[in-house]
Amino acid sequence: MSAVIGITFGNTTSSIAVATQDGKVDVIANPDGDRSIPSALSYVGSDEYHGTQAQNQLIRNAPNTVVNFRDYIGKKYEEINAKDSHQVGAPAIKAADGGIAYEITRNGNQETLSVNEITKRHFKQLKLAAEDYIGKDIEGVVITVPTDFTAHQREELTKVSNEAGLKVLQLINEPSAALLAHLSNEEDKLLQDKIYVVADFGGIRSDAAVISVRGGVLTILATAHDHGLGGSKLDAALAEFFAKEFEKKYKANPRTNQRSLAKLIAESVVVKKTLSNVQTSTCSIESLAEGFDFHTTINRLRYELTARQPLSEMTAFVEKVVTKAGLETLDIDEVLLVGGSSHTPKLASNVSFIFPESTVVVAPSLDSKAANPSELIARGAALQASLIESFDEEEVKESLQPVVVNTQHLAKPIGIKTADGQFQPILVAETAYPIKKSVEVTNGDSAAVAIQLFEGKRTIKETVIEAEKSEDPEDSEDDYSDEEPEIKKEVVYEAGQLLAELTLKDLKPNSKLEVIVNVTQDGTLHVSGRELKQGSVAVKGEVTSA
Amino acid sequence: MSIVLPSTSSSEAFKASSKYTAAVRRPIEPVGRYFLAHASRTLRGHTWSEYEKIEAEKNVQQIEENVDDDLGDEEQSEDLLAHDPREWKSADLYAVLGLSHLRYKATEDQIRRAHRKQVLKHHPDKKSASGGLEQDGFFKIIQKALEIMLDSNKRQQYDSVDTNADVKPPAPKSKYDFFEAWGPVFESEARFSKKQPVPSLGNLESSKEQVDEFYSFWGKFDSWKTFEFKDEDVPDDTANRDHKRYIERKNVATRKKLKQEDNKRVIEIVERAHAEDPRIKMFKDAAKKEKERKKWEREAGSRKEAEEAAAKKAAEEEAAKKAAEEAAAGKANSKKAKEAAKAAKKKNKRAIRGSAKDVDYFGDASKSADIEADIDLLLEKFDDAQLSTIAGKLKDANADTTKATILGAVEELKNAGTLEVSYLKYFS
Ligand SMILES: Nc1ncnc2c1ncn2[C@@H]1O[C@H](COP(=O)(O)OP(=O)(O)OP(=O)(O)O)[C@@H](O)[C@H]1O
Repeated sequence: MSAVIGITFGNTTSSIAVATQDGKVDVIANPDGDRSIPSALSYVGSDEYHGTQAQNQLIRNAPNTVVNFRDYIGKKYEEINAKDSHQVGAPAIKAADGGIAYEITRNGNQETLSVNEITKRHFKQLKLAAEDYIGKDIEGVVITVPTDFTAHQREELTKVSNEAGLKVLQLINEPSAALLAHLSNEEDKLLQDKIYVVADFGGIRSDAAVISVRGGVLTILATAHDHGLGGSKLDAALAEFFAKEFEKKYKANPRTNQRSLAKLIAESVVVKKTLSNVQTSTCSIESLAEGFDFHTTINRLRYELTARQPLSEMTAFVEKVVTKAGLETLDIDEVLLVGGSSHTPKLASNVSFIFPESTVVVAPSLDSKAANPSELIARGAALQASLIESFDEEEVKESLQPVVVNTQHLAKPIGIKTADGQFQPILVAETAYPIKKSVEVTNGDSAAVAIQLFEGKRTIKETVIEAEKSEDPEDSEDDYSDEEPEIKKEVVYEAGQLLAELTLKDLKPNSKLEVIVNVTQDGTLHVSGRELKQGSVAVKGEVTSA
Repeated sequence: MSIVLPSTSSSEAFKASSKYTAAVRRPIEPVGRYFLAHASRTLRGHTWSEYEKIEAEKNVQQIEENVDDDLGDEEQSEDLLAHDPREWKSADLYAVLGLSHLRYKATEDQIRRAHRKQVLKHHPDKKSASGGLEQDGFFKIIQKALEIMLDSNKRQQYDSVDTNADVKPPAPKSKYDFFEAWGPVFESEARFSKKQPVPSLGNLESSKEQVDEFYSFWGKFDSWKTFEFKDEDVPDDTANRDHKRYIERKNVATRKKLKQEDNKRVIEIVERAHAEDPRIKMFKDAAKKEKERKKWEREAGSRKEAEEAAAKKAAEEEAAKKAAEEAAAGKANSKKAKEAAKAAKKKNKRAIRGSAKDVDYFGDASKSADIEADIDLLLEKFDDAQLSTIAGKLKDANADTTKATILGAVEELKNAGTLEVSYLKYFS
């Protein structure tokens, strides 16, 4: 008996998930009980520590603790900035082959471990945890990667995973995995044509993607990456706040010593996470510096002020990706917040603030039913793994060919004009073809009607919402002029370029009619109209692409 | 609410008005069941030609900014495009792939991507489609180039003879900055080193150890260069086996010769650089100065000895001189002393002689002649010391004391056995 699983492998944490028979997904806890398993390895004596246990070694045994190595896979030493501020634990060094490695001491002996070797060991631990939980061998995995992982990095990761005994069925992009998981939550959500922003706030980087979903097919319209912006920045802000307080109280500086600093950061992470759930948190660190213990409390508001800078950078980051897609916040139907840092309530509220009310922002602090943002990506990977489990390797490979994947997408919506002059889209912009879609219409009282095929033209409709008049008659007059009338903006498509016209004649009033639009592989648009009754003859025509 | 269509009076069943806006080619995300459905629809009963497959990679809307986007966009020269495919070996295979700026540095991934671009540009399907009557000669070279570049062995053989990637040493008589001119030369040669990493030329600030290491590395340079690529094609005819063997042997000999020539070339480069290296002169000058300093230091000992010896000698001479002077002075002194002693003796004798007379011969003036005769005798017998003591005693002495002193002296002399008392007339 064997199983397939999904793995998300982050610089900070990794998760594993498995889809069950009934289509549910379990995110697997490792033997330590963690579902977000720190991507960390540490060597103490002859022992290898993994996950949280390794992470904890950052305080006592930093030089033998390796963290934040995911992004270094398949990179040359010259390509990275080894002095990155987030570089904690064993420093990255240049390997003999020009790649990246770490030097650790194990049992008194120096060992040089390449990034690939570290990753392999990390994967072996994940494999153990998964097999322990499922009670079966792991036959194949779907692993998620950031969209900016190069082809070479993908190759290297595949190689390493296979070597660790986790056969790679497919590598998929993180935002797509997260969105797939989100859309699989509700019946038919996949088939609603919408535009999403998936914003992933992790530990040491932030990634965002604008994804259009058309007929259940996902297309990435734009991405943005910020290497350096992430939860660590929030930790650092909080740690600095505590350090200042400590200094004031004891006249001792906790930043001068590696170990004190590590303690301070570790506790800041705990406090930060607590404040995602409750309004106040204690902070207590034993023997922080010069033998002084540190005990204090902090409330959420104070934390949000302290971390204002990185939090607003994160919000701006989401705005940026929308702009990069050539869209406005108005065009976005839903924003899906993903990654550990998306638990932060202030981040969610800041993000929802930049979008119009019509845009749904999905985050646990805004919607208690929202899935855990730390787990979405792994869930998507597990779903994909179970979907392709039954395909053989060749079939999967074939499906991933450019000839399948690189598809033509309509630049503008295509639809018909209704009797009252409105544009009724049939195919929305960014629909991939080949595609076939139909709508049911009627002729009303007319005996002959026109099926006028138009391209849609995007316009912004502004509706002024008059400020509600105050109930209180006394201040009704002077208040009025001060009140800015609220303007509600909406994207509305109007009929633009006429593409073709079909005529349906000799109709009885209120007949059921059908319009079918079919764009074939070669880009020819076939349009037809017919009466929905036995023996009716369809009127047809073709339009080509410019 | 159902959608109502507008009424019409047109009698035309269908009328196309305009084309729809050109589509954008984008990669779709290969996830979810609707993707899988799309894939099987696309693949079902459809076989794709190589060209169609590559075409599908063309003009894809790239989401990620890629530094290598313009990879392979280099234009090939007319000459290269017209290159005889049978002579493909003499074509610049990197230029063929549009990678002449990267050459041996191109990664496999870059090679594949650049190749794809060349296929799109030069595929015979495309050329016939555009009505061109061009041959597929260049396309053949492209395919050959890919074959060479993806086979690590063959690529090494090609890189060995890719002199286009070599950086030539500066012209000997021209003016140039040593480091600017030679740095790239060694960097380019370093690619052939079996041992990596290769120490770099460094700069004016490099330490002597670094410079020495550099030249010692290059002095022992071990290159993997091979010359199979220059082989003459071995005829594939079994009829003339001798000829075949002859060519084979000739190839082996040529390879060996080329390898030797190349080794010599490297040695010459290293020697020239060494000769021109400003640091070598600097180190030499420094070494010379150091040597001088050392010598000076080393000689300090003997110098001190000599100094000491000289000082000793001078001191000795001085001492001798002083001694001589002293001796001379001493001599003069003794003479004086003697004279003084003589004078003292005389004085003492006079004093003693006069003493008796001074005290009126002890009341025996009648016997004064005897007394004086005795005193003269005694004066003969007294030594210098007795003279001076007796003279001392007699000084201002009265008669009795004088007489007693003289008698004491007589007694002394008598006891010493130096005086025959019988000779005395008065003091006996
Ligand atoms: N409840 C929480 N509230 C606030 N932050 C949290 C919470 N849980 C986890 N985090 C933070 O999320 C970050 C880790 O996020 P995640 O697990 O998504 O990282 P990752 O995918 O490995 O990302 P990266 O590769 O950018 O490091 C850490 O900074 C962690 O402190």
